[in-house]
Amino acid sequence: MASASSSLLSKVPTSSANTISFSASLSPALPLFPSQFHLRRHRKTGNALRVQSKIREIFMPALSSTMTEGKIVSWIKSEGDLLSKGESVVVVESDKADMDVETFYDGILAAIVVPEGESAPVGAPIGLLAETEEEIAEAKAKAASAGGSSPAPAPAAAAAAPAVSPSPPATAASAPPPPPRPADGPRKTVATPSAKKLAKQHKVDISKVVGTGPFGRVTPGDIEAAAGIVSTKPNVAAPAVAAQSAPVAAPKVASAPSTPALPGSTVVPFTTMQSAVSKNMLESLSVPSFRVGYPITTDALDALYEKVKPKGVTMTALLAKAAAMALAQHPVVNASCKDGKSFTYNSNINIAVAVAINGGLITPVLQDADKLDLYLLSQKWRELVEKARAKQLQPNEYNSGTFTLSNLGMFGVDRFDAILPPGQGAIMAVGASKPTVIADKDGFFSVKNKMLVNVTADHRIVYGADLAAFLQTFSKIIENPESLTM
Amino acid sequence: MQASLSLSVSNPAAIPRSDHGFESSLPFPSKPVNLRFCGLRKEALGFSSTSSSSLSASRSNRNVAGSKKVWASLGGDNGSSSSAAKSFDYDLIIIGAGVGGHGAALHAVEKGLKTAIVEGDVVGGTCVNRGCVPSKALLAVSGRMRELQNEHHLKALGLQVSAAGYDRQGVADHANNLATKIRSNLTNSMKALGVDILTGFGAVLGPQKVKVGKDTVVTAKDIIIATGSVPFVPKGIEVDGKTVITSDHALKLESVPDWIAIVGSGYIGLEFSDVYTALGSEVTFVEALDQLMPGFDPEIGKLAQRVLINPRKIDYHTGVFATKITPAKDGKPVTIELIDAKTKEPKETLEVDAALIATGRAPFTNGLGLENINVATQRGFIPVDERMRVIDSNGDRVPHLFCIGDANGKMMLAHAASAQGISVVEQLTGRDHVLNHLSIPAACFTHPEISMVGLTEPQAREKAELEGFEVAVAKTSFKANTKALAENEGEGLAKLIYRPDNGEILGVHIFGLHAADLIHEASNAIALGTRIQDLKLAVHAHPTLSEVLDELFKSAKVNAHVGSPVAEPVAV
Repeated sequence: MASASSSLLSKVPTSSANTISFSASLSPALPLFPSQFHLRRHRKTGNALRVQSKIREIFMPALSSTMTEGKIVSWIKSEGDLLSKGESVVVVESDKADMDVETFYDGILAAIVVPEGESAPVGAPIGLLAETEEEIAEAKAKAASAGGSSPAPAPAAAAAAPAVSPSPPATAASAPPPPPRPADGPRKTVATPSAKKLAKQHKVDISKVVGTGPFGRVTPGDIEAAAGIVSTKPNVAAPAVAAQSAPVAAPKVASAPSTPALPGSTVVPFTTMQSAVSKNMLESLSVPSFRVGYPITTDALDALYEKVKPKGVTMTALLAKAAAMALAQHPVVNASCKDGKSFTYNSNINIAVAVAINGGLITPVLQDADKLDLYLLSQKWRELVEKARAKQLQPNEYNSGTFTLSNLGMFGVDRFDAILPPGQGAIMAVGASKPTVIADKDGFFSVKNKMLVNVTADHRIVYGADLAAFLQTFSKIIENPESLTM
Repeated sequence: MQASLSLSVSNPAAIPRSDHGFESSLPFPSKPVNLRFCGLRKEALGFSSTSSSSLSASRSNRNVAGSKKVWASLGGDNGSSSSAAKSFDYDLIIIGAGVGGHGAALHAVEKGLKTAIVEGDVVGGTCVNRGCVPSKALLAVSGRMRELQNEHHLKALGLQVSAAGYDRQGVADHANNLATKIRSNLTNSMKALGVDILTGFGAVLGPQKVKVGKDTVVTAKDIIIATGSVPFVPKGIEVDGKTVITSDHALKLESVPDWIAIVGSGYIGLEFSDVYTALGSEVTFVEALDQLMPGFDPEIGKLAQRVLINPRKIDYHTGVFATKITPAKDGKPVTIELIDAKTKEPKETLEVDAALIATGRAPFTNGLGLENINVATQRGFIPVDERMRVIDSNGDRVPHLFCIGDANGKMMLAHAASAQGISVVEQLTGRDHVLNHLSIPAACFTHPEISMVGLTEPQAREKAELEGFEVAVAKTSFKANTKALAENEGEGLAKLIYRPDNGEILGVHIFGLHAADLIHEASNAIALGTRIQDLKLAVHAHPTLSEVLDELFKSAKVNAHVGSPVAEPVAV
């Protein structure tokens, strides 16, 4: 029986929102540890001796190590509400999940600086907390003045965080479809609820879609067609679908460095997730990486897959398991170089798998993939995908990977090249398995399924021979996959 | 069931009461009827099997109307039960045989009152025929459909099911059969106990006098009005019963539209959204207030929205009134004109396949003859005091007249009506009783369910402000419950609002698996005045969902160390 203390339990309440306390957003070293939020002294100019009032700023907390900006999903409390320590005040969408943020002080929510649906950089004030009612007016005035100019007249200590320029309301005004509001203008396009949800998900402009449903209404099928999605089964996505949709975002990654905007083009600001991807991709430029490709015949793997598929095993699980088993024999490929001076050998083999979900890219992590059996791994994978879909992944479920797997094979891509994620030593790009004429060592021709894998690695720690040896082991496992089921 | 024997012996009133069992149709149910819903009381029924069997001399009399002489003579015979019965046909007449009237009747019989119940339509009222009962049948189907469609959930349990489908008529028949079955159970239970069922519309002719049908007049020492309610349809909305419907029509499930707008997001709307989306419809909510699910604790409402609305094929318009709804005809869809609830400016027009009007219920009090006793309804509701005694237009009590259930509007729930009826009978039989409405639980049978009792957090905080006490909140998650996890249904929250100074429960709200069944531990505690510090010591079987509440009570921090014990501990 899990019997956590009440304070812990009270953090589990909202379904897709995890609770986290206001973090001291100014200390990037410990972004995930709840601590009190910063107490700012408010001095009236011209009266330096005046004692500071008890107005506290509520900062945009850093909810994950990669978060630089958060979007306010909703304010649970409204202006004038009494807050007591530990109460949830606001729901913030970080790059990975929605989280409830709670206060560490009693007081009155005097002013909301960043309204629902808008974003603020980590460390920027999003609301003001007054200790007494008398201070509300003062806080409001302060909020108004702060709102006018660019907010976050941040304390000097706010070194790193505000480096990302505070991009307050102004950006959000023209931003993409904001919160869950059925904002239908006067325009006469009728779309069903499900079609609207899909359109939002796939960033399809409904007004440009021709409806084929009854009375010319836009149906979910129309949106899928417009988004170029092959209509899958109607209900909740099966794992296979997830895997299939996975790499959609990967090309996006590849084309990250964009060209200057052409006249007439529309500018859509990054979502928090897209910002995180962009940041990670830029970071990879500081890592000297190289690539090694390897052809692998997959007839045996395909046969095995057919056999275990009815038991719920997915190709993702098979590949992750094979990679993990190979990594166990080549720990250097599972290592990472954090400071440019040393190897960090990871004690666990955690396979991150790139997945495109809701138009974004996320890498749920199969932890200890070498130790779990195929069935557990497949089950784990389904859970992760479901959680990712619901934006419920915990930070350690997407940022604890030691090796990444990206598979575009289901699109018919025969080979591609992946970008190394920060903090990892290698990433494997898997192409499609295709019937290929192969000549064996005796000169006999045969047709076998062949797939090309391509590993990108950090050459500071992984050298060519290491990678080649790893790939050789990996190909042996794939070509004799019996060991996978053990 | 057989425990009923001891019951009848211990209750002296049972013997004289039996003498007006004359009209009950023999043979009496030797088969125990299994009956419990909407707050009906089982023991009253069990009681019948013994008392009735002593009535071998009784004769059947079905010809109720026009047999006043028979009543009178019989009344003379059996007046021993109470002196008042000598001059009246009955001790108690109840107008309306819904759940409220039924609950009152059973309790009245138990207390030895000679009782008749007047019904102008079908026995069972809204709950049984057009409300709670058939909707539970539809929700049972929708719950299973959801499970079968959730491939991920099934696979996590190791199950494999190929595509799930349904037969609309089969589902509709299930709901209809259930209503029929419960209705006949209800009728039999009353007949078995010797409650006279008088068929015809009842109206109050004057003090202690009721007209049944066209020209039958019956007198009774006391009268309870329990006429219930009908779906409320705001003006401007044209209900055609096909594409623009109320819950009455929807429960027949004559069609499953591709896209249905539900006007109102309270219990009724929410439950139907669960049914329709499970059967493949898309749903659009139209809610006049600024947020969905008004009336629920905001935190629960928010969580419920995340689980019951956002991931489903549902969208919504809040802060809008539907001013005009036109049914589909001439090849045009249903149109719904929306205006802003505050500015009254037209907002947009929705085009959907069907619209369900779930804007609440209006009391059914027309034609009750209230003018004969100088009672003026307020928005249709019959004004009553805290003991359900009817108040006339001068503000005076109308003697011997009570009103329970939806018709008085205090708390429009079937089991509340029944509880009010029982409270009235308690008063009539010499025990003063005031029903604590804050102890009446409510439930919404979505998947997962929502249930609540007492105050919401904002209400509690307002009350605390006013009366100057402290309020605290404790919460537990279903994620920590073994049984919930075994079912793979860890989604859920239980929330306790209480006074830390004395351990009084102010409200409990549950969202999660079987929440509707779990609430009763809390509602009983409120009704009996049990304090949290005492509840903490109560034991729950492991592993059960009830441990969610166990954890909840245990996580509350009460300052009072010793509660005022409600009952002395008994050593065994």
